[in-house]
Order: sequence, then structure tokens, then C-alpha cells
Amino acid sequence: MGGYESILLTVITAATPLLLAAIGELVVERSGVLNLGVEGMMIVGAVLGFAGAQATGSAYIGALCALGAGMGLALLFGFLTLHLVANQVATGLALTLLGLGLAGMIGEAFVGQPGIRLERLHIPGLSTLPFIGPVLFGQDLLVYLSLALVAGVSFVLFRTRAGLIIRAVGDNHGSAHALGVSVIRVRYLAVLFGGACAGLAGGYLSLAYTPQWVEGMTAGRGWIALALVVFSTWRPLRLLAGAYLFGAVGILQFHAQAHGVAIPSQFLTALPYLATIIVLVMISRNRVLTRINTPACLGQPFVPDR
Amino acid sequence: MRKLLSMAAAAVLSFGVVGAEAADKLKVGFIYVGPIGDYGWSYQHNQGRLAIEAAFGDKVETVYIESVSEGPDAERAIERLARDGAGLIYSTSFGFMNPTLKVAKKFPDVKFEHSTGYKRAANVSTYSARFYEGRYVIGQIAARMSKTGTAGYIGSFPIPEVIRGINAFMLGAQSVDPDFKVKIVWANSWYDPGKEADAAKALLDQGVDVLAQHTDSPAPLQVAEERGAIGFGQASDMIKFAPKGQLTAIVDDWSVYYVNRTKAVLDGTWESTDTWGGLDAEMVLMAPFTNMPEDVANAAKETVEKIRSGKLHPFTGPIYKQDGELAVADGILLDDQAMLGMNWYVKGIDDQLPQ
Amino acid sequence: MRLELEKRAEHSRTMAVLSPLLALLLTLVSGAIMFALLGQDPVRALYTFFIEPLTASWSLQELVVKAAPLILIAVGLAVCYLSNTWNIGAEGQFTFGAIAGSLLPIMVPGFETPLTLPLMLLMGIAGGMLWGAIPAFLKIRFGANEILTSLMLVYVAQLFLDWLVRGPWRDPEGFNFPESRLFSDAAILQPLADGRMHVGALFALLAVIAMSVILMKTLKGFEVRVLGQAPRAGQFAGFSRNKMVLFAFLLSGGLAGLAGISEVSGSINQLTPVISPGYGFTAIIVAFLGRLNPIGIFIAGFLLALSYLGGEAAQVSLGLSDKTTRVFQGMLLFYVLACDTLILYRIRLTRTFAPSGKEA
Repeated sequence: MGGYESILLTVITAATPLLLAAIGELVVERSGVLNLGVEGMMIVGAVLGFAGAQATGSAYIGALCALGAGMGLALLFGFLTLHLVANQVATGLALTLLGLGLAGMIGEAFVGQPGIRLERLHIPGLSTLPFIGPVLFGQDLLVYLSLALVAGVSFVLFRTRAGLIIRAVGDNHGSAHALGVSVIRVRYLAVLFGGACAGLAGGYLSLAYTPQWVEGMTAGRGWIALALVVFSTWRPLRLLAGAYLFGAVGILQFHAQAHGVAIPSQFLTALPYLATIIVLVMISRNRVLTRINTPACLGQPFVPDR
Repeated sequence: MRKLLSMAAAAVLSFGVVGAEAADKLKVGFIYVGPIGDYGWSYQHNQGRLAIEAAFGDKVETVYIESVSEGPDAERAIERLARDGAGLIYSTSFGFMNPTLKVAKKFPDVKFEHSTGYKRAANVSTYSARFYEGRYVIGQIAARMSKTGTAGYIGSFPIPEVIRGINAFMLGAQSVDPDFKVKIVWANSWYDPGKEADAAKALLDQGVDVLAQHTDSPAPLQVAEERGAIGFGQASDMIKFAPKGQLTAIVDDWSVYYVNRTKAVLDGTWESTDTWGGLDAEMVLMAPFTNMPEDVANAAKETVEKIRSGKLHPFTGPIYKQDGELAVADGILLDDQAMLGMNWYVKGIDDQLPQ
Repeated sequence: MRLELEKRAEHSRTMAVLSPLLALLLTLVSGAIMFALLGQDPVRALYTFFIEPLTASWSLQELVVKAAPLILIAVGLAVCYLSNTWNIGAEGQFTFGAIAGSLLPIMVPGFETPLTLPLMLLMGIAGGMLWGAIPAFLKIRFGANEILTSLMLVYVAQLFLDWLVRGPWRDPEGFNFPESRLFSDAAILQPLADGRMHVGALFALLAVIAMSVILMKTLKGFEVRVLGQAPRAGQFAGFSRNKMVLFAFLLSGGLAGLAGISEVSGSINQLTPVISPGYGFTAIIVAFLGRLNPIGIFIAGFLLALSYLGGEAAQVSLGLSDKTTRVFQGMLLFYVLACDTLILYRIRLTRTFAPSGKEA
């Protein structure tokens, strides 16, 4: 394998879980809900994905379990914040706490077991092309799914009536309700979609990235996904760019180190966070742009008046 | 099994015989910095705890608190064990050093064992393992197995323990191939499978063909396996994760030490000591030498034997620092104090130590 | 069947008292079921969690030690959230306060006077304020979302601390291990009793009293609430949104910084790579559990601290893993959050679909 090609492959692997989790949260936030429990949903997705694969021998069934696990926790979040209008920030943090605990409990039996790897697709004739073969045609299914999700979310949000409704609910739930939209229902669907994506992201970690289960293996990626959503100003295509940029920074710092660049590793680790702040400031300076994209009702509870 | 035991214990207790609990039993407490499910550092210490249970059966009872953050919570957790009647407490991470000493002052009758630290008291012992001996062995294997003459090394943090390991690895490699190269990257974490895998991939993409790691997860080995490269397991035998890729592993084995020290308390012979045992004390074990030609395996076994019998010491002079300064004179053994605080690379490592 | 909420005309006083009790009851019942499923005696398990830590002087003191920073940080955060300012980076302000406050005992270890501690505390507060001022400035000047900037700055502060204690601030006699030198006695907050409870606990108490007065009795408190609930009305009344953002961040940052230096000085006595078991994040939960009310936060801080201590007790005396603790904590939080709904809303189950609930 050539150098650049394999670096690119590494970046794709690093970016995919971020992208999966973030694209789900993007839809959630577009509908006006802030779910800070991404990390919790991811880790439960990781452990149940691993468990599902071990039990059935199929990584695909594992991925489905991961998806279901994320949705299960998201349902709990939805019930509390949408039905019972509990505070979203606190509920999200509590969800993370619960998720980390649950995952550890479930995972006790799986420590020290090698996992089942999600196979890379092999398309005869295409996967073996030089350079573009492995990069474009030799990935696993979840990588393609993550890209399809970006395209799909982008299309649905900005080109369809359903997307219009989601954005309307996020921007002004009062008006949306007055127009006869069931705000709660739309938000439920969005939250469940977000949970499914976060679960899949976790599953990607324990099935494709590093096929194994260890406690705390999400290692803060859920928080980075949250950062990415704001970084992207709630635009799917920018999210795609952001996820790959974050992935690339993480990989390239290792390459820099291996070349003998002696920068304190703390600084390199802090770089993505600093970069987010700087980009955010640059984007925010253009107030019109920000106002168009930021869901105005983000984090605000909605109770239909009657 | 543990669940069954605790169920039985709870059942007994709920019948109200609380007072009968363990009057003559020695309670042995453990504080772990990570979850016992980390399959690395804390997992291996917990294996040591289980060895104590297996060795002494009814005479001891073991308890533990896991995932104790180094910081303000540590002192409370240690004190909790002492107050709960533990007669012997193992605090198994460097960051517990000062909290352990503080609690030990309050409980002069309780024996404390602190791992990887350097401060002792009348009732506080320290212990650690000479993992660097194992790293010398894998350095030799790496030099014999590498086709590119370059190994990749994934470090956690640039602390003396890890730097000592890198130096020992390099000295081992240089004893086979004086021009051997090593590329070092820092994951800035003990324990993040994704990041460790990324580091491994970056190193392989930079042209190394053997990986060594001083981080805890099997992720780098899995990467090596997938890419057809080779590497070494860390903390436990990780052959299951890389049946074709693992050459051997440096296994932390605390069970011999833990059983001995527990026995000393039971016998009333416990004293405050500083133990730094290696291959000879069986605190460091090498997993079976696999996936290598017989002559390489034999050479490795021979080195292990030599270190074990004291004929070979990895840090025997002449050793030069990176800039050519003589660090250890010819024929002299580097003393433990100097090894404990090691913060320089040996000659031949191109990398700069991040400060 | 369908669950519907109906807004009450005003806060239900009955429910304000009943809802936490209901939440506690639900937690106890579900906890008992969970423990029974894990093969534990539920009564004993619950006793270990909630009562045992309250039965000894040392663990009561430990409870105070654990609760104090949570309360101190949470009362500051309450002002933020009440005024609709979203500081979720208290962990970073805590860390930076600890770093700034430790400048003296680490850089000038020989400086041992009665002034040492007050100076350290002031520098700690200033450090926290400084770190809090960054997201406030970015918000005011550029409109950058403060949730994100304050969260990102947490990691930056933690990595900065990590770099300091592994590099320039390493203990010169510490064999290059990643720890600063130990503070001298003049730089240590003294204990209040025979255990680990130290003067830092008084700061938390003072903060609760002061914030109660400010929020209930002063114009500033009125301003906070008006800008939080009805920003436009607030602006008509001549209150500045920007000044409020700055005020809220400086106040919460300063209190978090004070918590940070108190924790380092009173309980760790040195800087280490990890100085907080997530106080800044847990305090967010405490703030909401306490319904953003200083007295409520005081109670919530102790409740959460109790669940941590109880969790350790359960690990030791029952062999329950710490994951069980975390699940149990999560459950407790969910019930409290859910039951608080009853204060503002009436819940009714209806049979028919509401007209607005069109099948879409």
C-alpha cells in the first residue's frame, strides 16, 4: 500500500464514528433538542454491538444491536425531556452516567475477548484498483452508511417537506404547533434517529475500529461529536468536512511525532479543541450566517398549550 | 463465582450473624485506578487479588474499590478500606502515593503496599516490577525479526517508567543490530483503544514493521495482525487478539508478590520493604515466544535466563546518552535511584524527549 | 391512552415537597429490585448506600468534603442557567483556578506567611474568573456559542495542567514523576475537625447563604431572573444582556476557581495530573437537581455526595461493582428529574388523541 493511501484509510476509520454520532445529533439539534448523552448512547451501543456479534457470530447483527441499544437510551431521554419536559442538559448528563454504568455492567463478561470484525467489502474489479480501489471501494458497510446518511440528511433537511417540518419545529415550536405539526412527535423521531446513529457509532468502535470490548472505550468521542455539530453550524456537508478534519488532525499528530517533531503531546491533543474554538469564532462573526442555521429553540422545552 | 460468594455472604448477614463476620480472617483491600475490565493494569492487579483468594481460601477476605480517580477521592477510598477492617491494603497506582501515606499515618496497625512509588513508612511498603528486563528481551527479538531495521514504539506518557522501557528496548535491539532505529509516538493516554490503534497505523505507515507498546489495550496488536505486521503484548498475554502477530508479551504478574506479602501479614513477619522484582522474582513473565523462527526464540530464552540468573543486566555500561555523553561507565551497573528518575534517551534514539 | 401535561397556574407547593419524596421512593423501589436481581439483600444494600455513610463521624466529614466543591460550583452555575447563560465548562474553571492558586506554593515555596493562603485563594478565584471570561468575551464580542467554547476550554485547561505537572512544575525531588512538590503547611487549608473536613466547606456554606440573599432580595437577582425568563422585557427595563453574560461567567468561574484551589490546598496538598473526579460536570447535575435554588443545591450536593460514598461502601461491604453505583445514580437522577415535572404540570392520561396530534 502506498503511503498517502493508507494514511487516508486511517483517517476514514478515525472520522467515521465521529461522523455517525454527529450526524444523528445534528438532526436532534435541528429539531430543537439538545441531547448531551451521546457518549452514553455510544458506549452502550459499543457493548451491545459487541455482545450481539459474539452471540450470533455476525458483525452485522451486532451493528443492529448497537443501533437498537442507542435507540433504547434515546427513548428514555425522549420520554423524560419531551413527555415530562425535564431539563435537557441535566437529563443528557444523567444519560451519560447511566450509559457508562450500564455498559460496564453488561460488558464484564466480554473483557479480554477478541471481537468479530466487520468485514471490508470487496467489489471485484474495483477494490483492487490502485489508490482509489481500497479508499473508495474497499471500506466496510458502516463507512458507506455514514456517507449515505450525510447525503440523506442533507437532502431530507433542505429539500423535503419532512425536513422543513423538522427545521420549523427547531426554529419556532410555537408556530409549528399552531400550524398543526405535532412538535413532540417530530422531536421523538429525531431523538430516536440520533440514538440510532450514536449506537451505530459505538458499534463501529467495537466492531470495526478496534474489534474488542474494554470499559470506557468511547474515550470522549461522544463529546467530540457534540462539538462537531456546532462546529458545522448544523450543516451536514460541513459536518462531513469537520469530522474528516478532526480525524485527520488526530492521525497527523502521530505522523508528526513519528517524524521526530518534539512538540509536547498535550499541545497536540489540545489542538482540535482550540481549532474548534477558533473556527467557531470565525463562523460566529458572520452573524447572519449563524442566525440562519442555529435552531432558535435549541434546548427549550415545549408543552402544547390548550 | 464471586457473585455466588457474595450472595452467600449477604444471605448469612441478613440472618443477623453480623458479629460473627471474619473475626480471625485477614481482610485484604485493593484500590484500583481503572476498572478491572480494562484488560490491562487494573485487570492484572485484580488477577493478583484472585490469586490471594485462591491461595488462602477461608483465611482471608478480599475487597476492592475500582475506578478510583487519582486526586481528592483517593484518600477517602483508602481510608474506607482501613475503617472497614482491612489489615492489608494494596494501592495500585503511582498517584495514590501521598494519599496512602496520609491514611497510613492514621492507621499505624494497618499494613499498606503502594505500587510504583518511592515514599515509604513503617507501615508502608513499596513494590514495582522491573518491566524493563522484559523490554530488553523484546528489543532483541524486534531487531532480529525486523526487515526494515525500524521498530515503532507507542508510549503513554513520557514518565521515567516508560522512558526506562524505551531505553531498555533500544539497548536490547542495539545488542543485535547497532544501527537499529525506533520511532516513538505518545498516545497521551494509558488506555484508549481507538487512539492506540491510530498510533499503530501511523507507525506502520511510516515504514516500521515491528510494534512495541507501553499502553494497555490490545488494539495496536490487532492492527499489527490485520496489516500482517508483528508486535508484543502488554500487561497480559494477548495472543487471542493476534494469533499470528504476537511474538511474545510482557506479562505483569503480581500474584507471587501478593501471596507472599499476604502470607507475611498472616504470619506476623511483615516489614516495610522496597521490592523491585523482575524476571527472577516472577513479577515479570514472558508469554510464549510465538510466530518466530526457532533460533530467535532460543536466543530470547537464553537472554531471559541470563537476566534471571543475574549474568546480564540491561543497563550495564558503557551507556551513552543521546548527545554522546557517557551516562554509565564501562562495566558499571546503573543504580536503582538513577533508573527510578530516568529522563534521558540512550544514544541511537533519534527522537526528542517531549518535556 | 396518551399522556398529557397541563401547565399549572402556579408552582404547586405540595408537589415541590412531594416530588423529591416520590422520586426517592421510586429510586428505593427500583434499586431494591435491581439489587435483588443481582443477588443482594435489597434492604442491606439500600442501607449501605443511604444510611451507612451517615453513621460515622469520619464519613460524615467525608460527605462534607465531597459535597462542598459540588455545591460551591453549582450555586455559581445556577446564576448562569437562571440568566439563560450556558456555562458547562466549570470543570475547566475549577482546573485553572487550581493552577493559578498553586502558583505561589509551587513557584515560591519559601513564602510562608499568614498572607500565603488568602493570596492563594484570591489567585484561585481570579484564575477561575479569567478562564470563565474567555467564553463570555467570545460570546459578547463574536457571538460564539458559549456551550461549546466553555466545554472545549475544559480540555485545554486539563491538558495545560497535565503539561505543567509533567514538565516545568514537576517536583524537583520527585524522581521526575508527574506531581508538583507538596505544599508547605502555610499553604494548606486547615482541617475543621479530626477528619478531612477543611475550611473549604465554609466557603460552600457562605456561597449558599450569599447567593440566596442575592437572588431573593437584591435587584441583581431580579435582573438575573428577568433576563433569563423574558430577555426582551429585561432589555426594555434597561438590563444589558451582554453585561449579564459577563457577570454570570465571572461569578461562576470565580466560584469554580475557589473550589479548585480549596480542593488542591485543603485535600490534595499538591498538583497532580488529575485533581478533579469530574466536579465541574457533576455540579451541573447538582444545579438542576437543586432546581437552580441555592438551598435546593445545598441539599442536592449532599444527596449526590452521599450516593458516591454509598457506592464505595457498597463496593467494599457488598462487593457490588462501581458500575452498579453509576446505574443507580443515573436512576436516581432520572426519577428526580421526572418527578419535578409534577411541580409545574399536572399529568393526565387521556383516551382520545388530541386534535393537534395529526398522523403525519
